[in-house]
Amino acid sequence: MNQFRRTFLKGAGAAGTVAVAVAAGLLKPTQVLAAEWNKAGFTATKLDEALKTIGGAGAAESKDILVKAPDIAENGAVVPVEIESKIPGTTSIALIIETNLNPLCSTYDFSNGALGYVSTRVKMAKSSKVRAIVKAGGKTYTAAKEVKVTIGGCGG
Amino acid sequence: MNRREFLQLLAVAAAGGLALDSKSALAAADTGSLYDLPAFGNVSLLHFTDSHAQLLPIYFREPSVNLGVASMAGKPPHLVGEHLLKHYGIRPGTSEAHAFTYLDFEAAAKTYGKVGGFAHLSTLVKRVRASRPGSLLLDGGDTWQGSATALWTKGQDMVDACKLLGVDVMTGHWEFTYGAERVKEIVDKDLKGKMDFVAHNVKTNDFGDQVFDPYVIRPINGVPVAIIGQAFPYTPIANPRYMIPDWSFGIQDEHLQQMVNEARGKGAQVVVLLSHNGMDVDLKMASRVSGIDAILGGHTHDGVPAPVAVKNAGGQTLVTNAGSNGKFLGVLDFDVKNGKVAGWKYKLLPVFSNLLPADPAMDALIKQVRAPYESKLNEVLAVSDDLLYRRGNFNGTWDQLILDALMEVKGAQLAFSPGFRWGTTILPGEPITMEKLMDQTAITYPQTTVNDFTGQQIKDILEDVCDNLFNPDPYYQQGGDMVRVGGLTYTCNPNAPMGKRINDMRLNGKPVSASKKYKEAGWAPVGEGVTGEPIWEVVAQYLKAKKTIKGVKLNTPKLVGMAGNPGIA
Repeated sequence: MNQFRRTFLKGAGAAGTVAVAVAAGLLKPTQVLAAEWNKAGFTATKLDEALKTIGGAGAAESKDILVKAPDIAENGAVVPVEIESKIPGTTSIALIIETNLNPLCSTYDFSNGALGYVSTRVKMAKSSKVRAIVKAGGKTYTAAKEVKVTIGGCGG
Repeated sequence: MNRREFLQLLAVAAAGGLALDSKSALAAADTGSLYDLPAFGNVSLLHFTDSHAQLLPIYFREPSVNLGVASMAGKPPHLVGEHLLKHYGIRPGTSEAHAFTYLDFEAAAKTYGKVGGFAHLSTLVKRVRASRPGSLLLDGGDTWQGSATALWTKGQDMVDACKLLGVDVMTGHWEFTYGAERVKEIVDKDLKGKMDFVAHNVKTNDFGDQVFDPYVIRPINGVPVAIIGQAFPYTPIANPRYMIPDWSFGIQDEHLQQMVNEARGKGAQVVVLLSHNGMDVDLKMASRVSGIDAILGGHTHDGVPAPVAVKNAGGQTLVTNAGSNGKFLGVLDFDVKNGKVAGWKYKLLPVFSNLLPADPAMDALIKQVRAPYESKLNEVLAVSDDLLYRRGNFNGTWDQLILDALMEVKGAQLAFSPGFRWGTTILPGEPITMEKLMDQTAITYPQTTVNDFTGQQIKDILEDVCDNLFNPDPYYQQGGDMVRVGGLTYTCNPNAPMGKRINDMRLNGKPVSASKKYKEAGWAPVGEGVTGEPIWEVVAQYLKAKKTIKGVKLNTPKLVGMAGNPGIA
């Protein structure tokens, strides 16, 4: 990227992928989400309970969901995660950090045939599976990737 | 008996403890055979890695413990001593057996002398290049760190030495511990137009922009050759994050595949990855990414005599690892016909300083670099009656000395010292100078710390580091050795899952309590803003008080499930 674009975007307050998607009308705006806030899910401390609130229990493993995240997190406080669902008719993606105190991290609804793609950063307390739960055509699918969070040091 | 056989016999006798007076006899044998490397093919790449700023010849003992677990068990590079010799068909008692193993180390080191040294390496590079016009010299990184003069000149001595040596392309790891600004200063000013610093897997945190060129394409005798750089993927984890706050690293197979395809698309007929991954990671990467002819690897300091050929979707990829401390020069020759590699030869040449005269220009540069520091470097702190070495999965006598110093000076019950793989070796009877102490400790975050850890915290630390060494998936390994532990005994089961490898922790024979606090001393904190006197001051104080080091008692864990593993002597 050229220096001008970098400076311009930094000055403008860099817009993340999700924010751009909201602006483009592909994601539901925050006000609507607030009304549908899944309080039970986001405050659940057990993985099973969190999964239940989003209908994720018994989801089928799918190779059409790509979970991209580092093998070992460079900083557990901001772990970059990308999820892409290639399943046609994807209507929602939920992101779960299995070992976090509150495993359900975020949910995204897609409308108007939007591409099932999310790029975000998550906080991880310790090593965990980063799991995506995808809804498409009334069915639920899942895929996960192990991300290690380590104390660091002692290398090389 | 011909002349070569006679000389080899002489070498065997010498390695057996018979001191050889005539180095020239040995030199005649080995210069004739060892360094007589007939040219092959039309594309040659010379490779050294992990020299850790050792400008002068040194001793370096290869490990007697280098365990492989899961799919890596018993396979290169996890072979030590006689197992390694057997696997590669190297005869015991030869110069190569000494170079690649710890066997009879003291006696053989006296016979064959020191290894490495940039003036001697330079002579070898010139000799090999003379028969290989157009060849490139590649440096796998960990070049600017590891010695007193490198630390005190912020890597400048090594940058100047590498330019004189004729390095064409490099990548990095410990280089980054001088901080992002210093790295960019060197790359943009010193190296510009002379040497390419490549790293496809270093990107900015904000927009994911490449920080360095991902690769270069250089013609060798008319054949376009792409060299892609792979910096150590876990630099911000194994070393201080705050020194490179805006850069992200990582393994990035998909991006590597894109770079390979892009380079091939631009006409590259040979593609190599100059890697600082560590050998286990390189072997896995070679199985997942296609279109790479060879991965020239480093980081894990494995002196691997022959490449491992790994099958993948595009055919095969050769994976090498070229040792450390300037001890080896890898020579990879490709025969490229009709736009692709038709044949190859590889040799990892040990650099025996006594057999290679010093290159005068490099010798002069080294003398000039050292001149302002000579008195400081040569200060004798103590004399060692023991063999002092570092390398090995769990501990080395040099690290034990550091641990003993930490516990005594800081009044701690136990001590931790990082599992670094660099650091030179001292033979019994040699003085421990400030320079030799800095060989073990010269880093930009040398602070010592004292902590009150609960038994549970101690266990968590040991489990965490142990998983970095023995995770069955190499992509979750970091390539260092196990944290060295002083005062505390434990058992270790490398095959167990994380959280279950470390057991029976004891202090003075008593079981460690999970909730009780213990006083621990350590060094090399990766967090920002930690204060404490530098480790070399603590150890120097200890050495000066002791005057003679004798009977260092190596504390290593009791191993479970490793019987029969050829990665342990």
